Amino acid sequence: MKLRRSLPRPARYSGFGLLRHALGGAPWPPVWRRHDLRDRYDVVVIGGGVHGLATAYYLAANHGVNNVAVLERGYLGGGASGRNTAIIRSNYLTPEGVAFYHRSVRLYESLAADLNFNVMFSQRGHLTLAHTDSALRTMRWRAEVNKLQGVDSSLVGRSEIGSLVPHLDVSDRPRFPILGGLWHPPGGIVRHDAVVWGYARGADAAGVHLHQDTEVVGIDVTGGRVQGVRTNRGRIAAPAVVACTAGWASTVCDLAGVALPITTFPLQAAVTEPVRPFLDTVVVSGTRHVYVSQTDRGELVFGAAVDPFPSYSSRGSLEFTEGVAAHVLELMPALAPVRILRQWAGLCDMTPDFSPVMGPTPVEGFYVDVGWGTYGFKAGPVAGETMASLVATGKTPDLIAPFDLARFTDGRLVGERGAAAVGH
Amino acid sequence: MVLLPCPHCGPRDAAEFGYVGERAARPDPGAATPQQWRGYLYLRRNPAGWADELWLHRAGCGRYLAMSRHTVTGDIRAVRDAATGGAD
Ligand SMILES: Cc1cc2nc3c(=O)[nH]c(=O)nc-3n(C[C@H](O)[C@H](O)[C@H](O)COP(=O)(O)OP(=O)(O)OC[C@H]3O[C@@H](n4cnc5c(N)ncnc54)[C@H](O)[C@@H]3O)c2cc1C
Ligand SMILES: [Zn+2]
Repeated sequence: MKLRRSLPRPARYSGFGLLRHALGGAPWPPVWRRHDLRDRYDVVVIGGGVHGLATAYYLAANHGVNNVAVLERGYLGGGASGRNTAIIRSNYLTPEGVAFYHRSVRLYESLAADLNFNVMFSQRGHLTLAHTDSALRTMRWRAEVNKLQGVDSSLVGRSEIGSLVPHLDVSDRPRFPILGGLWHPPGGIVRHDAVVWGYARGADAAGVHLHQDTEVVGIDVTGGRVQGVRTNRGRIAAPAVVACTAGWASTVCDLAGVALPITTFPLQAAVTEPVRPFLDTVVVSGTRHVYVSQTDRGELVFGAAVDPFPSYSSRGSLEFTEGVAAHVLELMPALAPVRILRQWAGLCDMTPDFSPVMGPTPVEGFYVDVGWGTYGFKAGPVAGETMASLVATGKTPDLIAPFDLARFTDGRLVGERGAAAVGH
Repeated sequence: MVLLPCPHCGPRDAAEFGYVGERAARPDPGAATPQQWRGYLYLRRNPAGWADELWLHRAGCGRYLAMSRHTVTGDIRAVRDAATGGAD
């Protein structure tokens, strides 16, 4: 797939440029520009998270479609894209899911070079722990599905786990001892803000208009066809509108009369004070409802499953912090003296089968790229690439055909729960 | 701690309750098309505002409750035992 054209870039980032700015003291140019709202765009993308920005970027970069607006109610990356724990992996459960996320990992591998923006993708390895026989069974199944798709993924035993993760308690002491794990070397973490800013900068350079503080309050549909959108800054005509609004997907699609199989739940995360580097893998425990990684700054990042009931408020809760702390200590008792510094929440658009909803809707010209639940950051690049291709060519790429909205009324669910409920 | 009102037990910790789902009229299984039935199973209103929900007071009276809850503020404006009528 080599469609990419050369883009007009702002000043390229380089070691030489860094030196020049450091010595010369010249201010850095803004990373993206402001524009007046045009009254017509070829494509309007709603939502300025990684999905909306990647879709706009690939529309311009791969298809030469650059009369495109991204409309963001708040600031770019202010939704889940700026709140996630940035785990990237492709060791899913279904062949459809594995092929799709595998392509995304590939795109992440070359993203820094493609965007000329350091996204700090660290493929440090991703380890999912099994504490029960049934968890081990699912992992064996996942490992085989992964291998068939060419994804590096295998079952490992206790002793190997002990050497992969030094401070993990692999003894029989815990209430649920570790029995084995699923080891996925290409998995890792990325700098989520950098991915958002890199796509924003690339899209801007290619001519896309990025409009912050611009809320879509209505979607005009006549004769079953989308005509454009209404915003707090005025009306825009557009023959194609793409909703990339994650946690708010239902409220935005409701404006077009499109019903979704989505419920919005908050997901929380927390970080500790920085400690010396000791953890160079991502460790996930489904049974313990927790996962841990260490950032480049030394903070430990903790996450869990979604809150127990739906909400559009991103408040944190003490129950979450207490739970996550207790579970982490079962895994790594040595962390007892480490203090949690902050916690936060973001909204997740959960689907019944833990797979996304991507593609056309019953409203012609209105597309969705939603249902990203707790796992959508890793999908940003491939979702942008495939949605751009769909909107530009009218043809649904094979990679996303299984994730169409019609699967719910046709009864073709793509069950990923076993690979996505806790380990995002 | 989030408190939820139970008509039988009074205000209790939300952790005692299980969220069951949005309340929606169940189509007649004999008459509904597969499409209608699956719409009932999967499609949700998911409003950012007042939602009509079904909850189970799992660790309390064990009763199913019909609750009108605001999904942004968390306010609850009505709750009743799901089995004891009231306008649907
Ligand atoms: C705590 C947490 C941890 C997570 N961990 C991971 C992880 O480790 N790995 C992973 O892959 N995924 C993870 N996720 C999920 C991931 O963050 C999301 O699936 C992904 O970021 C969704 O990106 P998006 O661009 O679709 O949505 P968002 O980034 O949420 O962007 C949607 C945007 O739409 C805007 N919007 C909404 N309504 C309107 C409107 N009417 N008009 C204009 N704009 C509007 C919002 O302001 C928002 O900025 C996590 C999520 C959370 C909350
Ligand atoms: Zn009760």
